[in-house]
Amino acid sequence: MDDAVLEVKNLHVYYFTIAGTVKAVENVSFKIDKGDWVTFVGESGSGKSTVAHALVNLVPNPGKIVKGEVIFDGKNLLTMPPEELRKIRGKEISMIFQDPMTSLDPLRKIGDQITEVMTVHGVDKEEAQKRAKELLKSVNIPEDRLDYYPHQLSGGQRQRIIISMAMAFHSKLIIADEPTTALDVIVQDSIMDLIEELRKRGTSVFFITHDISLASERSSKIGIMYAGKLVEFGLVDQIIENPKHPYTAALFESTPDLWVDKTITSIPGYPPDLRDPPKGCRFHPRCHVFKERAELKGLCDAKEPIMKEVEPGHFVACHLYGD
Amino acid sequence: MPSRGLGKYIVIRALLIIPMILILYTVVFFFLRILPGNPIMAVVGAKNIPPAELHHLEHLAGLDKPLWYQYFDYLGKVFTGNFGVTLASPSGVPVTNFIAQRFPATLELTLWAFFFSVLFGVITGAIAAKAKIKHKTGTDTSMRLYSIIVYTLFIPWFGMMLQYFFGVYLHWLPTSGRIAPGMNLHTITGLYVLDSLLTGNWPAFVSSLKHIILPAITLGIVLSGAYTRLVRNNMVDVLSLDFIRSYFARGVEERRVMWYALKNAFIPVVTLMGLQFAILLGGAVLTETTFSWPGMGTFLLDRISYRDYTSIQGTVIFIAIFIGVVSMIVDIIYALLDPRVKY
Repeated sequence: MDDAVLEVKNLHVYYFTIAGTVKAVENVSFKIDKGDWVTFVGESGSGKSTVAHALVNLVPNPGKIVKGEVIFDGKNLLTMPPEELRKIRGKEISMIFQDPMTSLDPLRKIGDQITEVMTVHGVDKEEAQKRAKELLKSVNIPEDRLDYYPHQLSGGQRQRIIISMAMAFHSKLIIADEPTTALDVIVQDSIMDLIEELRKRGTSVFFITHDISLASERSSKIGIMYAGKLVEFGLVDQIIENPKHPYTAALFESTPDLWVDKTITSIPGYPPDLRDPPKGCRFHPRCHVFKERAELKGLCDAKEPIMKEVEPGHFVACHLYGD
Repeated sequence: MPSRGLGKYIVIRALLIIPMILILYTVVFFFLRILPGNPIMAVVGAKNIPPAELHHLEHLAGLDKPLWYQYFDYLGKVFTGNFGVTLASPSGVPVTNFIAQRFPATLELTLWAFFFSVLFGVITGAIAAKAKIKHKTGTDTSMRLYSIIVYTLFIPWFGMMLQYFFGVYLHWLPTSGRIAPGMNLHTITGLYVLDSLLTGNWPAFVSSLKHIILPAITLGIVLSGAYTRLVRNNMVDVLSLDFIRSYFARGVEERRVMWYALKNAFIPVVTLMGLQFAILLGGAVLTETTFSWPGMGTFLLDRISYRDYTSIQGTVIFIAIFIGVVSMIVDIIYALLDPRVKY
């Protein structure tokens, strides 16, 4: 309990668009412990990236965190003064975004951008420049690239540079929002290795992906998101060996596996419109268990399931378990 | 980074000015001949002059030659740097004399107006963008209104309003001329504010500065509207880009991030600067007449009423060369500003 690096409580994020209020994230609670690699898996639009951004209060417009707490080091990041939060961002909590092509300022040299991460947190300029060289070396990029502009580097190199910025301090937490999605498989692996290395140095990882096999490879814990809700959360083995939520199970069944000969079944239907999500469990219109078992009528489509611990460390929000 | 390619680029750009001048010269040449009257008639006016005398005068001016001859004759001279002599009173003076005398005044006015237009445009645009991001619709809308209103202002009317308010009503600023009459100033560049500074002539500095404020602000404000819109829209776009969020995620201060955003938003603005410079010179003609500014604009207007063919052709060609060179410089600045641009 005491070694929690970050605790999210009851997080609600809405996007206030002209077309209506999109309930992108509702009632998400979880905990990241020291040394954890927590991966959130979900389809596009399930709210996983929004959660990642909300952790450092950087939800893009017109999104707003309407409710909830993000406790880091005993303090709520969402209510602290901006200057205090600024000092945490980039130093205590680092972030890697999805698209390395657009995550660097095109008009400034790589070196200037790397050293800046350190100088804005009080490291003096010379020291920062010295460390920038070491950082580049540690992500296997020749140090003469410091004088390059982002457009002169490949996507994989840029992502490694962004990771090197995240390595500038011994951050307690690194948030990686689909850092490998825009990259090819070989480069993906080297990026994952770098993040792994960070974790070995004691940094906890919060990782976002839609690739469930990527999630299962290195994570210690997995969270499954569906339509703005965290539906299942637990240790990797618990989730993979023993998925409880019908959505999680369906997700595995829809994923091909090189080593297992199986038929791939897709999940019928589409994710709901989050301006007007289904009543009760948001997954019930697509849930095969709900369709097969008549006694669930009036429960799944009426009452919202709450998170329950079905075995130590394994949480599920589904009416099939408990009460 | 600009490199070997840049030299080649400059040469090509310089050569491209030639066809531009040819087209412009052709249009101006024939347009002037279509206009009723000619330089001789404009000078002698309604006076009763015997036809033989008139023919003699026309012969002296070369106006009795066929059109194609006149066309190529002047063109040939221009390529050797000879812009011809004035035809109407005072006649026989090299056009380049007038250009040398009038151009610094216009340059000074355009530079100041250019400075004010960019200054006002960037400030209002940045304010609007920041307001838009922070959902302060009122501020955003008023800045956008500013851009539309100033864009539609008619320079002479707006100039007169400023003249009335700051000159006649408040007595703060003079309403015409470049410097107080009778003030001695040793000119070096022909830009009075600069010259008075260079020669350490304090009273002339104050006087020339006071004289340039109203015309420069008149022209500057009118032209700032386009920048307001462009800077606002670009900054709103840039602020929603990933790298801005990344800056925040790395703990970079908001003030710095805004500066980087402005830098990125500024690149298309540089392009607009090149385009605006031509409009600026056009606006300068109106501003000069409103403020009795002794520049190329007033000269051109004066010469048009005399149908002084050579003066008009010479002035227009000179302005065209000037605009060509300026837009070339803007392109080079563009390359220096944006590392992605290669020539």
